[in-house]
Amino acid sequence: MIESILQGMNEFAKYIIPLLLVGIPMYALAARKVKVYEVFVVGAKDGFTIAVRIIPYLVAILVAVGMFRASGALELLLNLLAPVLNFIGFPPENLPLALMRPLSGSGSLGLLTDLVNEHGADSMQAKIGATMFGSSETTFYVLAVYFGSVGVVRSRHAIPAGLFADAVGALSAVYLCQLLLR
Amino acid sequence: MLNYIWFGMMAIAVVVGIFTGNIEAVTQAAIDMAKVSVEIAIGLIGIMALWLGIMKIAEESGLIRIIARGLKPITLRLFPDVPADHPAIGSIVLNMSANILGLGNAATPLGLKAMEELQELNPHKETASNAMVMFLAINTSSVQLILPATVVALMGATASEIFITTILATLCSTIAAIAAVKFLEKRKRFALPEPEAKPEAAGESDD
Repeated sequence: MIESILQGMNEFAKYIIPLLLVGIPMYALAARKVKVYEVFVVGAKDGFTIAVRIIPYLVAILVAVGMFRASGALELLLNLLAPVLNFIGFPPENLPLALMRPLSGSGSLGLLTDLVNEHGADSMQAKIGATMFGSSETTFYVLAVYFGSVGVVRSRHAIPAGLFADAVGALSAVYLCQLLLR
Repeated sequence: MLNYIWFGMMAIAVVVGIFTGNIEAVTQAAIDMAKVSVEIAIGLIGIMALWLGIMKIAEESGLIRIIARGLKPITLRLFPDVPADHPAIGSIVLNMSANILGLGNAATPLGLKAMEELQELNPHKETASNAMVMFLAINTSSVQLILPATVVALMGATASEIFITTILATLCSTIAAIAAVKFLEKRKRFALPEPEAKPEAAGESDD
């Protein structure tokens, strides 16, 4: 049942982008007589400026994250947090992924691949890991790109709120999997 | 905030790197990531241009306005500072839809467009407005109905099992994000600069 829904949705997802690419100009042409080609080009021009504008922000964030990852500080944090996590029933195998997720997309995908290879896709560790991966985003990267594109440097409560949401997401991934999956 | 986190990550990396003997790897990572950042940004140009072009058509045809009006009851509560029929609301809604459908490639350009429109309403150009922080928080906690293709490929047949747990977990984190933003935006620590102070003068202060 769930399997067929999932398959149906992924099947459906294939058509969304092509339908949007054709549907929007079609509506514009038919309903409003918009000069679609000319308008498209005007809008597309901004693509270059925005992409270039985010470079300094991306360099700042990704360099710091990359250095942090390479230093082995994550393992240190892991050892420090282990007693607390045991206490709340958080599986230690899933902690690296939970800590990596807000920092790096490719890094957390690598950790998820490790989990699947080591424990098998059928294992609870892999299921929790995949749920975690699917339910949150790389907070720091998104912040750098989104705020960077408009030149915002003071992020106010964006980081505490984002990290709190990531923590809630990781914890609910653990408990939901333990509750709903065997 | 970002000042301390940014410096903290690099300082910890160097100190830990010295003690664990990974210092060369730390140096290499800094150089590599600087390069990767530019590659990512350059790689975005084409996709950005494509979606921004399509968005412009959607805007001119009035589609964005129609979408924004339809979701007024929700967006008015989440973004009380943004007028309900402002184009920013349309872009925000489209970005969220793209996220929900797992269209990462389309979501980023739509999100940046939304940021640009929120910036027009922002009186302090270098400081994030309440609406911007709310938008970012909802974005990073990403409600998702369709699993990322990478997860499906990795998990194989087990992917269908984690379908429900992923939706529920993402729902929890989105609710947590909205609650945290609403709670924190009223704290003194995260207050907006004084309205009479010039944005340039406020630029000296921290956080």
